[in-house]
Amino acid sequence: MRARDDGTPHAAQENLPDDGRVRQERVSGDRVRGSLTGAHRFLRDRQVRAGALVTALVVLVAVLGPLAAPYAADELVGLAYGAPAPGAPLGYDYLGADVLSRMLLGGRSIVLTTVCAAVLALLAGGSIGMLAAWTGRFADRAVLWCADVLLAFPHLILVLLAVAMLGRSRWLIVATVAITLLPGTVRLARSLTLGVMGQEYVEAARLMGYPRRRILFREILPNITTPLLVHLGAMLTWSAGLIAAMSFLGYGVAAPAADWGLMIDENRGGLRVQPWAVLGPVVLIALFALGVNTLAEGLGRAAARAEEEP
Amino acid sequence: MTARPLLRVEGLRVALDSGPDIVSGVDLTLAPGEILGLVGESGSGKTTLATAILGHARPGARIVAGSVSVNGVDILGLPPRELRRARGKLVSYVAQDPATALNPALRIGTQLAEMLAVHRPDLRGAAVAGEIDGALRAAGLPPGEDFPRRYPHQLSGGQQQRVLIALAFLPRPRLVVLDEPTTALDVTTQARVLASVRGLCRDQGVAAVYVSHDLGVVRGLADRVAVMYAGRVVETAALGTFFSPGHAPLANGVPGRPAGPRHPYTHGLLAASPDVDARRTLRPIPGHAPHLGGRPAGCAFAPRCAHATAICETEVPVPDVAGGEHQVACHHPLGGPPGPEEPSAREEATEDATEDVRRENRPIPDRGPSTRAPEDTRREERSRPGAGREPLLRASRISFSYGARQVLHDVSLDLTEGAFHALVGESGSGKTTLARVLSGFGGQVTGELTHDGAPLAVSGADRPAELRRRLQYVFQNPYRALNPRQTVAEILGTPIRHFFGASRDEARQRALDALDRVALRPEIARRRPRELSGGERQRVAIARSLVCEPRVLICDEITSALDVSVQAAILELLTGLRRDGLTVLFVTHDLGVVRAVADEVSVLRGGRLVEHGPADAVLDAPGETYTRSLIAAARGRS
Repeated sequence: MRARDDGTPHAAQENLPDDGRVRQERVSGDRVRGSLTGAHRFLRDRQVRAGALVTALVVLVAVLGPLAAPYAADELVGLAYGAPAPGAPLGYDYLGADVLSRMLLGGRSIVLTTVCAAVLALLAGGSIGMLAAWTGRFADRAVLWCADVLLAFPHLILVLLAVAMLGRSRWLIVATVAITLLPGTVRLARSLTLGVMGQEYVEAARLMGYPRRRILFREILPNITTPLLVHLGAMLTWSAGLIAAMSFLGYGVAAPAADWGLMIDENRGGLRVQPWAVLGPVVLIALFALGVNTLAEGLGRAAARAEEEP
Repeated sequence: MTARPLLRVEGLRVALDSGPDIVSGVDLTLAPGEILGLVGESGSGKTTLATAILGHARPGARIVAGSVSVNGVDILGLPPRELRRARGKLVSYVAQDPATALNPALRIGTQLAEMLAVHRPDLRGAAVAGEIDGALRAAGLPPGEDFPRRYPHQLSGGQQQRVLIALAFLPRPRLVVLDEPTTALDVTTQARVLASVRGLCRDQGVAAVYVSHDLGVVRGLADRVAVMYAGRVVETAALGTFFSPGHAPLANGVPGRPAGPRHPYTHGLLAASPDVDARRTLRPIPGHAPHLGGRPAGCAFAPRCAHATAICETEVPVPDVAGGEHQVACHHPLGGPPGPEEPSAREEATEDATEDVRRENRPIPDRGPSTRAPEDTRREERSRPGAGREPLLRASRISFSYGARQVLHDVSLDLTEGAFHALVGESGSGKTTLARVLSGFGGQVTGELTHDGAPLAVSGADRPAELRRRLQYVFQNPYRALNPRQTVAEILGTPIRHFFGASRDEARQRALDALDRVALRPEIARRRPRELSGGERQRVAIARSLVCEPRVLICDEITSALDVSVQAAILELLTGLRRDGLTVLFVTHDLGVVRAVADEVSVLRGGRLVEHGPADAVLDAPGETYTRSLIAAARGRS
């Protein structure tokens, strides 16, 4: 037998003769399970499960809610600040619309803009950060400088300014929120890329003369995705807060359309008489932020663990 | 052995919380003032055993059974408070990595004084300073006021390690446990540190357990050697059993010599260990070291052992106490009188032993010029390959700087086609830098490179793809050189598709061929680096170079992170490739490896080439003092 020096978990079996076939099957079996265990392994983590459950709940309410809403958003069916009654378990808002209906209808926009803004920030910031680190020199310094300037600008004011000047289009909100999230993402992607670029497998790839695109996408990107995804979780939380705050301040979705942030603003005058109209959307926003954050953190930790143990 | 041993370990068992044993059934004794070399490869449990002597198990592991007594004190039975006092006072510890074992925020003097304040609170003022001064001096560090005021980062690695040693000896313990304290150091530094450990033990009558992965390191230090394999001590004997006075490993059955090691694993380890004085083929141990939890029932070495029989697979061999000083835990120890019921495997063993004798019986040069063994045709054949031809790769007057610091000064090097050229030096000598310059890493380089007589661009980016392909570089650390997110098939397939424009299927086929060339199973192709052992990873890294069909393979200390038996296998692979016509530049700090495999050697010091020539000639009759000191250090003497 040719000398081998390694030690695999199956080392003992390997030394037995005519074991090849059995082993082969075993390996391919592991392989099939391996691709499935990716998701499974993560779902075994308690924190990941809790986060995924809460997030899924809120997203379901937001996405499917409109189908289940008994009334339209602008349908006035009761007294202003009316208490919960049969047919309206959460009571009526400041105009007399059904709070439950407005809650079921008002999630779609906030969840959609939040997710779009965070994903946009991840894609743009990740690319800029990676390229800056790769290019180095002046480009790198210029990007960092811009990021720092943006970082120094108060987020909310930046967004409000943009909306006040350019109008309240939903896509404008997505873009401006993404811009406020950009500096952190750029910095993170840049430092992660720099770390991986110092690794010898990237040096080896450069030495071989692989094209730049191949090195960036095949050698570097897969090695920085995990921390970037965790960062995406944090960004979702921030952008949910920011977008809810904008609606609350009246720069988001305009009445009579329903929106969780807007509902808080509309009904805060009657907080003592009809707390449900404020508490309902507050709880949903909080759950959304909490769930996403827990999920992202859990995923990050589970991924780090998976990396440690083969 | 004296009537009352200083250290007595009995039936020690350390297990992971999740079940499997790391160390099991270990019995050891140590006389006062005796130095025991505890030798084992990675994963053998030697560090676990060493820390268990101080009553410590790393997080996730527990000392499950057994007893440890030092100077009559039952260490494992001590309450925490007493145990803290015993550590340091009774038995102290020197960690492997001096860079992390010293507190970077405290001055050296402060750290030494703290140790005294804890263990010898009676000392005051001038007495403390005097004690510290004496400890530094004894460890071979400069005494005086200035040194203790320094911070750890202001010291070299060797000095840091000496500070740790001074710290360990300061409370005047009876026993010191040293966990590979010289692994991170250069050979000459290592020799000096070993000398100060030896001196300290002798002067203070302190016993020591010296843990090492390398039999060669302990031979200049230990009185007795214990060899560990898969969590058990397989053989314990006096140092002379393992090494003859001439420092060559001993073979069995030679009349007029001591008995020699008797465990087959010890034999394998010695056959795999390079020796600076004698060129011989390093033979790897077949098979794999078992993983924790995957250790076979019975004798853990049985699956790799040529002499194993049915009993080896079922019964754990116990140390043969009747052997007295020399204890071996083996059902079929070598070198003993053959038993009546020995199976046919025994005959092979005898053959093996005779071969050993033939191999070892070659005249062993003792520092002087070598007398060549006439029957060693292999060596004749390899002398001066391609003599008189234009060198394949020529570097002339290469200088290299990192910013203002010049690392290489006018170094010139010729690589003969088909040669195995070793580039030797200590850390900071510029050997890796030179290898990287040749490989095209670029940087602030001046000088000229030629390949096959034609000029070769210094920066890889300016080299044509053809030349990039032909000059391949293998990195030192196989753990960092492979992309953890890619499978082996992707890692090998990418260069094939890049350089040869091969189709996916063809790339896959060639990748499998390359795996075969480096003696890896085809299943490996589907795995990721994380699932491979260090030796397997290094083979994959070599395969990644081989798929490019290179002419020159530049290897940067590619075996320094590997165990000796694994190193032997990698070197065997490289010499095989060389026979296929590959030119190899092998960067190393280990002169034993140079002796085993190299045709030519160049010695670097402080960025300058100090000596070069045929490997045997340089090692037998070094022209430079520096080369001589390297050789002396490699022999374990300073």
